Amino acid sequence: MTHATLPTFRHGVHPPERKASTAALSVERMPFVERYIVPLSQHIGKAAVPLVKPGETVVRGQMLAKPDGFISTAVHAPVSGKILNLDLQPHPSGQLMQAFTIQADSFSAQTVDTQVPPDVDSLSIQETIQWVQNSGLVGLGGAAFPTHVKFSVPQGKRIQAVILNGCECEPYLTCDHRVMLEQPGNVVRGLRLMMRKLGAQKGYIGIESNKADAIDLLKNILSDQPDVEVVALNVKYPQGAEKMLLDAIFQKEVPSGKLPLDLEMVVNNVGTAAALAQYFDDGVPLIERVVTVTGPAVPEPKNLMVPLGTPLFEVLKHCAVDLERIRQVILGGPMMGFAQKNLQAPIIKGTSGILVFEQPLAEPIGELPCIRCSRCLDACPMFLNPSRLAAMVRREWTDELQQYHLMDCFECASCSYVCPSNIPLVHLMRLGKLMIRQAKAKEQVK
Amino acid sequence: MSAELYSLLQSGLLMAGLAVVFGSILAIAFRYLKVEEDPRIDQLEEMLPGNNCGACGSPGCRAFAEGLTVGSFRPAQCTVSSSDNIDRIAHFLGVDAGSIVKQVARLHCAGGKGLVKELAQYRGMTTCRGAVIVNGGGRACVYGCLGLADCERACSFGAIRMNTAGLPVVDTDLCTACGDCVDVCPLHLFHLEPLAQKLVVQCSSPLTGSLATSICAVACDACGRCVSDAEPGVLEMVSGLPVIRKADETQVNATYRCPTGAIQWVAKDQFPV
Repeated sequence: MTHATLPTFRHGVHPPERKASTAALSVERMPFVERYIVPLSQHIGKAAVPLVKPGETVVRGQMLAKPDGFISTAVHAPVSGKILNLDLQPHPSGQLMQAFTIQADSFSAQTVDTQVPPDVDSLSIQETIQWVQNSGLVGLGGAAFPTHVKFSVPQGKRIQAVILNGCECEPYLTCDHRVMLEQPGNVVRGLRLMMRKLGAQKGYIGIESNKADAIDLLKNILSDQPDVEVVALNVKYPQGAEKMLLDAIFQKEVPSGKLPLDLEMVVNNVGTAAALAQYFDDGVPLIERVVTVTGPAVPEPKNLMVPLGTPLFEVLKHCAVDLERIRQVILGGPMMGFAQKNLQAPIIKGTSGILVFEQPLAEPIGELPCIRCSRCLDACPMFLNPSRLAAMVRREWTDELQQYHLMDCFECASCSYVCPSNIPLVHLMRLGKLMIRQAKAKEQVK
Repeated sequence: MSAELYSLLQSGLLMAGLAVVFGSILAIAFRYLKVEEDPRIDQLEEMLPGNNCGACGSPGCRAFAEGLTVGSFRPAQCTVSSSDNIDRIAHFLGVDAGSIVKQVARLHCAGGKGLVKELAQYRGMTTCRGAVIVNGGGRACVYGCLGLADCERACSFGAIRMNTAGLPVVDTDLCTACGDCVDVCPLHLFHLEPLAQKLVVQCSSPLTGSLATSICAVACDACGRCVSDAEPGVLEMVSGLPVIRKADETQVNATYRCPTGAIQWVAKDQFPV
């Protein structure tokens, strides 16, 4: 099987993979630390509503905050201990957000207080959604979209196929790779559970060909199950974006402003599927996740199972990072991840990796004029025109930005990556989105 | 006559005919469907400053001129015009000039360089809106001024200049309260306030106590002294910050006991240039 024969999406880029230092490392458990910061908002949608007060003692796995409406999810205690505070604390978004500070009980056995859900096949779809929402499960790929929402199919729509995303196209990250290798049974059972609940006939697992061991393992397990297909994909960034994955596997394009649901498909991350299967087995809500800690400034790179709410500096210390020497910390992958200023901020549900550098990853070399080389157009997986959009952002032409579909940009940074003039294209795209929001807010005032 | 010449002539005549037909329709429309526009609108537009700043609440000077002729605006609502010009417009229209309270843009932050704790260095595009989308900029205070001068660039009157501490200084003589800086600031730090209201709250952080002061030397720590020192009803504490409930020109004692200087008695400009 050569690369040329493998399917992939159109456009995209080939950044260096840099996964070697962690790809072969089994997931280790991060020891419990003294204090945890558990934000009420760790997902897309409304922040959860607190159920406990400062001073109360909580047990690991206990629900601390309940969902506020449908697009919201629960938050649970990652550790047994005492709630010290509910106030504004650093958040990986850079803002200060409402969060519980929990003092871990160092004498506790840290056993989980759970309520095991009934057999999932005896539950109606509504009950399933309720259970999943109360488990606090979100998409573990990085965007942290509440998983239960994907079980809710609007009237008149049906789901033909469930696709699991095992691309992990971001450089450095290996957490999904390790989940597929170490919990292949959970991944497959999670997929089967979604297929049964959504009435889908087919299941697919898309994996990039640089994870050959995971492809072989899952193909072996699924050799007697013809309705689930493991699709090996050519390595290319950003294949792990759900719209790109559908283009790669089915050569189908999700129309502008629509969802995979409109193609009668649902895409979930492999880690999410594994966590879902695990939850219906033992009832442990989402209180920990696998995080890849790597980068040139990490002496001991690791794939870690980290309790949510562990402050970043504790994780870095555990990996023997010299906090005095580091210059840049990025949460997530290097392409779409977020630079961090405050290492007091905690690991949250969407944190897939921590990358640490002694020299900033993208040193500003100085911006040069656009030479109309069109590399950004060839890279953009959404077929936008980043150079044109960037010029419009500089002129603050918010109407034209919307006409040129800036809102379809999902900030994969392929354009910035290929630009020979060092134009901060993806930064300008994000700035353009902020300008559109400001213009809309101004409209509403009038 | 050859066929080519004929077709040339035919198309020429057709175009000429169409021109005559459409021309006469336009001529008739001009004659009978004409909308008389108040001639004063053009003259008023000449008299107005022509900045199209929007401070009056209309999209531009012409729309304001139209509003003046029908009486939906008062001349004084043009905050850019000098008082002489407003009198001239009022005299021209034969109306009362009206009066408005002179407002200026006030920055609800005083956290210049050296006063706010820096956590990291932001090295991207030098715009506030660019910095705010990268982890909220490099400063520990996520509510305060980033000092990258989006407001200075947005001000069409040259009323805003960044000082050496990286804070925007609003020239109260040049400020017309058009609100462009209010709209552009991603942290919503500018507020239009009456010039006569000398009490200015120069902090926007909801943090309280030592948490607030550990981040910024001039932060409001919500001690509440200003509220108790002012006359009742002037100041009110709302989510960790004093809010001025009524413009009062006498409440200077509200600022005396402020431990950080977050509430100030501002005679003219907020910060030294």
